[in-house]
Amino acid sequence: MIVAGQDITALSGSDLRRARQQMGMIFQHFNLLSSRTAAENIAMPLEVMGYSRLRIKARVAELLSLVELEGKGDSYPAQLSGGQKQWVGIARALAADPKVLLSDESTSALDPQTTQSILALLKDLNQKIGLTILLITHDMGVVKRICDRVAILEQGKVIERGRVADLAAQPHSRLAQDFFPRLTGYQPRPDALLVTVAFRGEVANEPFIATLVQRFNIKANILNGAIETIGGQPVGQFQIELAGPDRYVALDYLTQLNLAVEVQDGRTAAEQFVDSNP
Amino acid sequence: MDAQLLSNLWTATLETIYMVSVSSLLAAVFGLPLGLLLVITGARGFLPNPSVNQGLGWVSNGVRSLPFIILLVAILPLTRLIVGTTIGSTAALVPLTLSAVPFFARVAETALLEVDPGLVEAAEAMGCSHWDIVRKVLIPESRPALVLGLTLMVISLVGNSAMAGVVGGGGLGDLAIRYGFQRFDTRVMVYTVVILIALVQLIQWLGDSVAYRLRRTGNVAPSPGWTNPLTRLRKT
Repeated sequence: MIVAGQDITALSGSDLRRARQQMGMIFQHFNLLSSRTAAENIAMPLEVMGYSRLRIKARVAELLSLVELEGKGDSYPAQLSGGQKQWVGIARALAADPKVLLSDESTSALDPQTTQSILALLKDLNQKIGLTILLITHDMGVVKRICDRVAILEQGKVIERGRVADLAAQPHSRLAQDFFPRLTGYQPRPDALLVTVAFRGEVANEPFIATLVQRFNIKANILNGAIETIGGQPVGQFQIELAGPDRYVALDYLTQLNLAVEVQDGRTAAEQFVDSNP
Repeated sequence: MDAQLLSNLWTATLETIYMVSVSSLLAAVFGLPLGLLLVITGARGFLPNPSVNQGLGWVSNGVRSLPFIILLVAILPLTRLIVGTTIGSTAALVPLTLSAVPFFARVAETALLEVDPGLVEAAEAMGCSHWDIVRKVLIPESRPALVLGLTLMVISLVGNSAMAGVVGGGGLGDLAIRYGFQRFDTRVMVYTVVILIALVQLIQWLGDSVAYRLRRTGNVAPSPGWTNPLTRLRKT
């Protein structure tokens, strides 16, 4: 595993400790020392690195104001709320100006509002000071909101990886299925097709449903749909039932438009066979 | 109460306090590092070493399995070697300390194992050395439990010090046996018992209030049904 040009799995002892000082880590259960105040918790990585008392004091004050906890420096963790504890945890992780921030389920134990504000700060740090953040989560909402790239793990193996926006725009990808819930158990009518259309970016501005109706005389029935802004561009998915004699021609049109398409036919396999072999 | 009795009680109380406090201090100084060593070399420690761990465990169990009265006489040669005499309060310090060291080592081990492993993980992620983890995480975080364990040990030393009379160590227990029991002086028996009870209560109260202050819970209720002994005292 390479971090900042250094293979950290090959390090040990003091080299490994120095490498770890270049990384910040935040945890699901905060892992603050109960015997230290908020300020003393934030100071800990600096003490370990041998900063002078004066420098520590200045840096801690800076960090407390970054996470908007001025005046809470002398509180013990038991006197802080869950959200405040995580803010202290973040300040501690940032204390030594890390190159990488590891977030291990850091918002899983928090209320939605605190989660939102923590994610906003992380995104800010990422964009303003170029801090790389490795975020471990099972909440796809978090991935959708702040991640650029994603790797999905199942039973210890990476089963999918890539840019979040790319994966979200492919309906068969695991990520897209988590982002956009599908209808379950819906059976299209015998004279119709259930089409799942996924799109992003400029294609999203193409009024393809209107075209289907006007050009191919299709009865389009939108069953399910959502559009999200992911990685700065619109990504969406619709499930549409297409009915009408020209429904197969319409399907070709959708495929040509480069809208990723998945189809479920209303006819049974036997009916399709009979129809295509008159 | 006549002056002779009063003087006897006073001397015996001071002897008990001397024996208990000095042996407690020594036992804490030697017992804490041993407790740390037990944790560090244990299966979940950061330097697992089964042979050191089990060896320490055997020695600690061995010493603790000896009844104190037997330990007291069995190690007389060692006592002579260390303090140069086998009689008196100072001679009693050696067996008292020796009995308390493994006791406190085990109590400290339990207290240290109670520290949330997540805190050690966080410290490792910060790049802390093992020594940093011991002095910045393990010991500060287990302080309340260590103080309560120390209280337990001090009180058991009060009990053991009653047997110091066997080596002429004096103390309240010795006074109770010689005057109260052997001379049928019920008054002496009652007074020593009252002083011993008061002493133990005082030690427990001190331990409880120090541990409470170290718990750093601020205005959050520490646990249901718990009140700070200090506030309890103020109310009455």
